[in-house]
Amino acid sequence: MNLLDFARGPALKVAIAVFCLGVAWRILAFALLRIRRDLNRPRDSVFKSITGGLLTVGSRSWPHREFIGRTGAGEALGYSYHIGLFAVVLLFTPHILFLGSLFGITWAGLPSSLITVISVLTLTLFIAVLFRRVTNPVMRMLSNFDDYFSWFITMLVMVTGIAATAHLGASYETLLGIHILSVDALLVWFPFGKLMHAFYIFPSRALNGALLARKGATS
Amino acid sequence: MSDNRPVPGPEARLAGAMSGFAQEIGALSAFRLESCIHCGICADACHFYIATEDPQYTPIWKVEPFKQAYKREASAFAPLVRLLGLKREVTTDQLVQWQHLLFDSCNLCGRCSLICPMGIDVAALIEQARHAMFDAGLAPKELYDKAAHQQLTGQPEVSAEPYRDQLLAIGARFNVDIPLDKPEARIMLCVPRTDIEHYPSAVASLARVMQHLGVSCTFRSDGLVAENYGYYAGGKEWQREISRRLIDQAIACKAQILLVPECGHAYAALRWEAADLYGKPLPFRVLQVTEFLAGELQAGRLRLGKAVTGATTFQDPCESARKGGISEAPRTLMKAMGVDLHEMKNHGGFSFCCGGGGGVLDIERAAPLRYRTMENKLREIDDTGAETFLTSCSDCRRTFDDAQAHFTWNKTPQSLLELVAANLIATGQP
Repeated sequence: MNLLDFARGPALKVAIAVFCLGVAWRILAFALLRIRRDLNRPRDSVFKSITGGLLTVGSRSWPHREFIGRTGAGEALGYSYHIGLFAVVLLFTPHILFLGSLFGITWAGLPSSLITVISVLTLTLFIAVLFRRVTNPVMRMLSNFDDYFSWFITMLVMVTGIAATAHLGASYETLLGIHILSVDALLVWFPFGKLMHAFYIFPSRALNGALLARKGATS
Repeated sequence: MSDNRPVPGPEARLAGAMSGFAQEIGALSAFRLESCIHCGICADACHFYIATEDPQYTPIWKVEPFKQAYKREASAFAPLVRLLGLKREVTTDQLVQWQHLLFDSCNLCGRCSLICPMGIDVAALIEQARHAMFDAGLAPKELYDKAAHQQLTGQPEVSAEPYRDQLLAIGARFNVDIPLDKPEARIMLCVPRTDIEHYPSAVASLARVMQHLGVSCTFRSDGLVAENYGYYAGGKEWQREISRRLIDQAIACKAQILLVPECGHAYAALRWEAADLYGKPLPFRVLQVTEFLAGELQAGRLRLGKAVTGATTFQDPCESARKGGISEAPRTLMKAMGVDLHEMKNHGGFSFCCGGGGGVLDIERAAPLRYRTMENKLREIDDTGAETFLTSCSDCRRTFDDAQAHFTWNKTPQSLLELVAANLIATGQP
């Protein structure tokens, strides 16, 4: 078994198992904690709470007018690299074929040259994000191992992916094997750290938004 | 009042804090703590951070020890976290240090909860952390003492005359009937002790407006004070007892409405927390006075004349406006009186706190930071060019009065309720 076979064979299976079980446990663990019913009379109907929650999912995607001057640039940076990552992961034809082999469906991708441009831009933004994290006093104070390691492992996937596509430094098979191994590592790390925010972001916005809407509060 | 708090040792104090937090952490708070991505954006909503640019005032950082405790004690991988020593135990020194962050430099105003891209209600987490700090014996003395006194006596402080007698004296002085201790009434009234002591005309205005409306209402001697220092201090049991006085009295007089006067946190404590602490839904509605009056206005039962105030601005109390959903009602009343409203740059749900909320006004050592934080607010008010400055919260009013003295500022905060009371038009009058 060569490196590539190992990476996309047993290593991937283990990684997916850890990912699925870990994510499920992270979510299930909340249900084991106390869930308190709010006995205070709501201001509006349940329907208003639900629509308030759903609206918050959308509205928190961009800062309110009152905050934009202070946070617009940082949020734009954050969203930009996320969009870049999604584009590369979901719209690069080899990725689509790989995901198709797992899930049985495929879709149209972007031209490789465009993906290359997006990858380089995303990589640059990702470096800028790290620079911001270590230079911004607030972010530096809040940051811990999880923040840096999650950045590192995502960066590793991006760098090895670009190297494999560009055939840099070794044979394509070896480079692809290393890239898939880095994806395996990311999947294993995923449930243990902040990458879980991918699962939390919309439920968190919806839940908090619904609770604020229950009071008629600003959201 | 003398400080008769039991003084536990540091370890017992710490254990108290952490067990309090662990007991209280529920799925919702855990989810909020887990959702944080350490982006630090919440700092940009907090006036303590904006005024100082000091990272320690980042709202989510204020719950850091509790996040640490949660990760060790209750998170999905807590055993692993403990085994590998990934999160250290919270130390007494750490909690003592955090007292400044959780009490002196947080108004519980909730502005940070509007900015988080993950949607986290950061203020709700801070309020929960205050409970644990209280359990650890780390509530600031001023808040602790007032809460202790209030849960025992119904008053946060000893007064020269009982509030009941002061209330009747206000009625006599302002020539208005004070409905007191009626066995039955549709509406039970309560009053901020701040108004009794500092703004008696606001108390008289409440009585005058109710008299004008001709509604069945009463104050109750055993449930007079609207404020809840248990809420400020983080003492959940005391908050429950303090709320319970009002709840019991409202039930005793068969009230359908408990009317909360111009006091932001009193509204929050009664409207959004009391039923949970009481253990069942309240058998009456809790309304804040401006929303009640706006309702009366819209129903045609209240008529208001034109007020002569000139250019006017309005301070939205955080607890009733941003966190409580009452932003429109005061504007409805002002519009009905023809008030020339000049909004601040940040208003309504996005208004900056006066700086005194969350009990900060009562904490003496917090004053220098509070003044620094208020400078931005005062600038926003001045920038409106308003001659008249209204609010509908007695704590906001006190905070701005204090600022007026400190900064020799040229504006005096006035009560919206008082303006309403001064512009009542009797039915049938042109």
